[in-house]
Formats: sequence, C-alpha cells, structure tokens
Amino acid sequence: MAAETVGWWGVPLAIAAGTMRGGTPFLFVSLGECLTEKSGKINLGLEGTLLTGAMSAYAISYLTGSPWLGVLMAGVSGMALGFIHAWLTQQPKVNDVAVGIAMIIFGSGIAFFLGKPFIQPSAPQLPTFDLGGWSSISSLQEALRISPLFLLGVALAPAMTWFFKSTRWGLFIRAVGDSPDAALAMGVSIKKVRMLSIIAGSFLAGIGGASLSLYYPGIWSERISTGQGLMAVALVIFARWQPMQCLYASLLFGGAQAFGPALQSVGITQGYYLFNAAPYILTLGIMILTCSPTRTISGAPGALGSGS
Amino acid sequence: MQSPRRQHWGKTLESICLPVGALLFSLVLFGIFCAAVGSNPFEVYASIHKAAFGNWRSFQNTLIRAAPLMLTALCTALPARLGLVIIGNEGALVMGGIGAIIVGLGLGGNAPPLVVQIGMALAGLLFGGLWIGAVGALRHYRGVNETISSLLMNYIAIAFLNHLVNGPMKDPSSLNKPSSFPIPAVDMLGVLPGTRIHYGLIYGIVACVIAYVLIQRTTFGFAARTAGGNIRAARIAGLPVGKLTMAICFLAGSCAGLAGMVEVAAVHGRANESLNAGYGYSGILVAFIARYNPLAATVVAVLLGGILASGGILQRVHNLPDATVLVFQGLVFLVVMYSESLYGRLAIFKERHEVKPTRQPAAVV
Repeated sequence: MAAETVGWWGVPLAIAAGTMRGGTPFLFVSLGECLTEKSGKINLGLEGTLLTGAMSAYAISYLTGSPWLGVLMAGVSGMALGFIHAWLTQQPKVNDVAVGIAMIIFGSGIAFFLGKPFIQPSAPQLPTFDLGGWSSISSLQEALRISPLFLLGVALAPAMTWFFKSTRWGLFIRAVGDSPDAALAMGVSIKKVRMLSIIAGSFLAGIGGASLSLYYPGIWSERISTGQGLMAVALVIFARWQPMQCLYASLLFGGAQAFGPALQSVGITQGYYLFNAAPYILTLGIMILTCSPTRTISGAPGALGSGS
Repeated sequence: MQSPRRQHWGKTLESICLPVGALLFSLVLFGIFCAAVGSNPFEVYASIHKAAFGNWRSFQNTLIRAAPLMLTALCTALPARLGLVIIGNEGALVMGGIGAIIVGLGLGGNAPPLVVQIGMALAGLLFGGLWIGAVGALRHYRGVNETISSLLMNYIAIAFLNHLVNGPMKDPSSLNKPSSFPIPAVDMLGVLPGTRIHYGLIYGIVACVIAYVLIQRTTFGFAARTAGGNIRAARIAGLPVGKLTMAICFLAGSCAGLAGMVEVAAVHGRANESLNAGYGYSGILVAFIARYNPLAATVVAVLLGGILASGGILQRVHNLPDATVLVFQGLVFLVVMYSESLYGRLAIFKERHEVKPTRQPAAVV
C-alpha cells in the first residue's frame, strides 16, 4: 500500500486529503441550507436532493460523456425537488420539517429508482488539478489531486457572505427570514423570495451530490450518501448561519469522516465501524455544546421554523 | 350556530376522508409514474393487490410486515402529541434488536424459553427506550433539536450494529452478510396457531391500544396533550414538562425497540444488517398518515405492510427496481403532507351557512 512509504504520516495526510474530498459535499449542502434558512424556511430534505444530484450527475456524465453537463444536471434536478419543497411548505398548516422527511424518502426513492441502471457502468469523472506532481510519493500526489468543485465551493462561501451583506437581493432574503412583517412593509413578496431561496439552495445541494458521484468517492451506489445532507443541517446551526463559518465547519466534518479510513490505511482496523460514526457523534456533540434551552442561538434568522 | 354533535361528525368524517383521499390520489400519481417509466399502471395495481391482500398466504406476509410498522409508528406518534417530531425510529429499532440479541445469546439455552423471550423483550424495550429517552433529555436540558439529533442517532446505532456484527459478536460462518451468532431455535418467538404470523403482531396491536388509552384516557396523556398544545400554559399550570418529555420519549423508543426485538427473535434469529431494512422510516410515514392516532396506525400499518410486501413481485413481474416501493412511499408522504393544509378548508365537511373558505392564492413561482 501507498501508506507504507510514508508510514505514520499517512494518517494526517489521509485526513487532510479527506478534508478536501469529503468536505466538498458538506460545503455545497451547507451553503445551500444556509441560503434556504436565511429566508426563514428549513429544508431537511437536502439528503434526498444530494442523492438525486449524485445520481443525475453520474447518469448524465455516463450518457453524454461530459461530467460538467452532469454537474449542471445535478443542480437542475435539485431545483426540481426544491420547487416541490418550496411549494408544499408554503401551504397553510404544513410543517416544513415533516415535508423535509417526506422529501428525503421521495428524493432517495427517485434517485435509487432511476439510478438502478447506472450502478454497474463507470462514468467519466470530473478532471482534477494535480498539484502534487513535484512529489514522488504517490499518496501525497493522491492527496493533492484537487477538484475544481472544491475550489468553486471555497470561492462560493465569501461570495455568499458578500451577497447577504451588500446586495439588494441579499437584504430581501435576510428581511424575509428575520422579520417577514418588515419585508412585507418593504414591498417584498415573501413567497417569491422563499421560493427562490429554497430552489437556489437545492441547486447547490444537487451540485454537492455531483461531487460525491463524479469526484469522491466517484461512484454511484445506493450507499453513496451517508447522511451528509442531514449533517449539513446541523452544521449550519453550528456555523451560526454564516457562509464563511460553513466553510470551516465543512472542512472539519470532512476531516472527521476521513478519520476511520485514515487509521485503516496504516493498519489500525480495530473499531473501524465505530470510527465511521465519528462525524455523527461530532455533530451531536457540537449541537449539545452550542444549543441552549433558555436562549435562541445568536445569528438565527428570526422567523426560522416559526411557520410565519 | 351549528350543533356540537353535527360539527363532531363533520370533523370525524374529515379526518377519515382526507387521509383516504390522499392515499387514493397518491395511487393515481404512482400510476402516472409507472406509466411514464413504461409499465401498465393497472397491472401494477393488480400485482400490488395480489401480493398484499390477494389470498390468505400473501395477507399473512403483509401482517408479518405490519407488526414492526405498528411499533415503530408509535415512536413518532407518541412524541408528536407533545409537539416533538422524532424520527429516530430506525435507530431505536436497531438498539432494541441489539439489546434482544445480547440477552438472547446470554440466556439462550440456560433458561426456559419463556424467560429468555421475556428477557429479550425487556432488553429491547429498555435499549430502545433509553435511546429515544436520551433524545428527549437533550431536547429538554440542552434545547437540541429532537428531529436532527434523533436522525443522527440512527446512523450512530447502525454504526454500532455494524461494529458488533463485524467484531465482537461475529459468527465466523456468516460470510456474505456479517451476522451475530443465532439465538437457539427453541427461544425464538412462536407463531399464532395455524398461521405463519409471529406473536409480534399481537405485541404491535396491544402496544397501539395501550398507547391510545394512555394518551386519550389517562391524566398522563391529558398532561402530555396539554403540553403539546401550549407548552407555556402547561408550565404555568405546573405540569412537569421535562419529566413528561422524557417519559413519552422513553415509551416511544421502547416501542421501536420492541420492534427490533420482534425482528431478531421472530424473523431473523440473529442480528445483522437486515435489522435496518427501513421499518423505522416507514413507521414515520405510518404515524403521519394515521395523524398520530395509535388505533389508526394499526390499520395504516397493515396497508403499508402490504405495499412493502409487494416489492418483490414488482421486481419479478414488472421488472421495476426495488426502489419502486420507496418512490410510492415518498409520493404518499408528500400528498399526505399537502392534505394537512386542506383541513377546515373543504366546504363539504362544513355547515352550509358557514362562510366558504377563500380560495388559496396560487403559489408564486
């Protein structure tokens, strides 16, 4: 194995590589969720969107030979699911958390159903930037193979911060999420802003799915997503609804996910399956530490989950 | 003014007709979906009906699947009365199964079968109960969102199960599907006389009836419903909201845990990945369609059990992938969610002289 040449250095190296690889889906989904929640709605169904995105990206890449077309299609299929979520959650008396659960089941059902023929064939993968060409160590080269999607996500985080802070549309979204009454007084259509925010957020989540099937792990199977879409919802709370914090949190989660496989690569297989639970335990631990029964979390959009 | 009796009937009719209507409408949507992928929808309906309810043999299959669904549905339905959305059914089921297999392997062969079975059931109840009880405690003491935490705990439970069946509990003879050692055959849960249906069905029905009585007919249930309706009013009235939360969550989790015990002790005889086969997630759907009513959940569980039972035939006869059942469940769930918004808005369930509801404005795209 490659790890033999670098010995114990393989562990931090594999974690660093996993941070960038495994963090990419987290990054897109959490930015999408951040955008959605800023407008005052929760989309728990991004897990289903992620799976549908992964499936469509893989299928389109296989059928057309163009992985970038696959990425685009992943976003578009995400938008379709986002539209269903946005329309349903804006009906009176409909609980957005419950619709989210329904969307997880529906989205994964659609993804597994339509994705069945694509489990066997191998689709063209996204090209990567190989920054490790100077090194002769293969595992270092492997770790420095960076996806353009990762870089895109990293660039998106500050762009979204700027969008919320300095643009007219960013202000509308914040107003709708923080105080729908004020937004109404400004003459902003709450329904329209929320509809667009949810659809745009789902577009990003779909692209997160594309990074799963076309970059890492780079396959399509029914077990490709292991709750990243859900963890991203918790991650947004941890990140206090700030896009830059979402970036850091996504990297942390990507690293946590790589922990088990990294240890396995140097021969520690004891408790491999337990280490697989690391990201979930980390998420839960973070939620326990950051939540409080007495006060609402600072930074939370005022109308979030209030149903108004 | 309308007479209270009349209004009562209108409401009852509404709460029966809307879910049934939602189910029928989702069947139509599912038919359109089948037609779109090239299958004849009427043949698919006929196959589902035949596989689920066509004859006594297939109906037994349906009932065997309905048993764990009744129990896992309670895991969502009970906390819902407190206003909590808990979807950790799958995790609680897995933990219950783990508890049952630990006791089953520990006591099996050393004690009378009845003692082993009671021990396994208690362990299932306890493990599942503590699992969801912890979700309730986190909600009450730390304000952690119960939906997300319970969902995360599903993954933790499944990882724990994988760890056990790949490591400490692994039966070396189970190669393709890592499993625990089997419990002795004499300690398995029996079947109802003259059928293939195991006693889990009785567990499910009894649990649903107890849950109904507990919620609707006792002061404990009244307190829970009060806290679910208005938590501040409940606090002012001096209700122990924290204790209620944890008690309800414990009961909810123990029902799902019992489902895990039933799956281990009556179906698989060992613990393996068949435990997390989706009964937990389907149980959520049962609870939502039944509108958190435990008695209605028994009926819905049988319906959904039938649909799950038809997965195999859809694959064999119509060449539809096994995810077809998942698509159908998703459609039902979405339509049921939409039907929530129709309560109190349909004129047929209202008095004549009442003001007709204003038409909802179309969603802005």
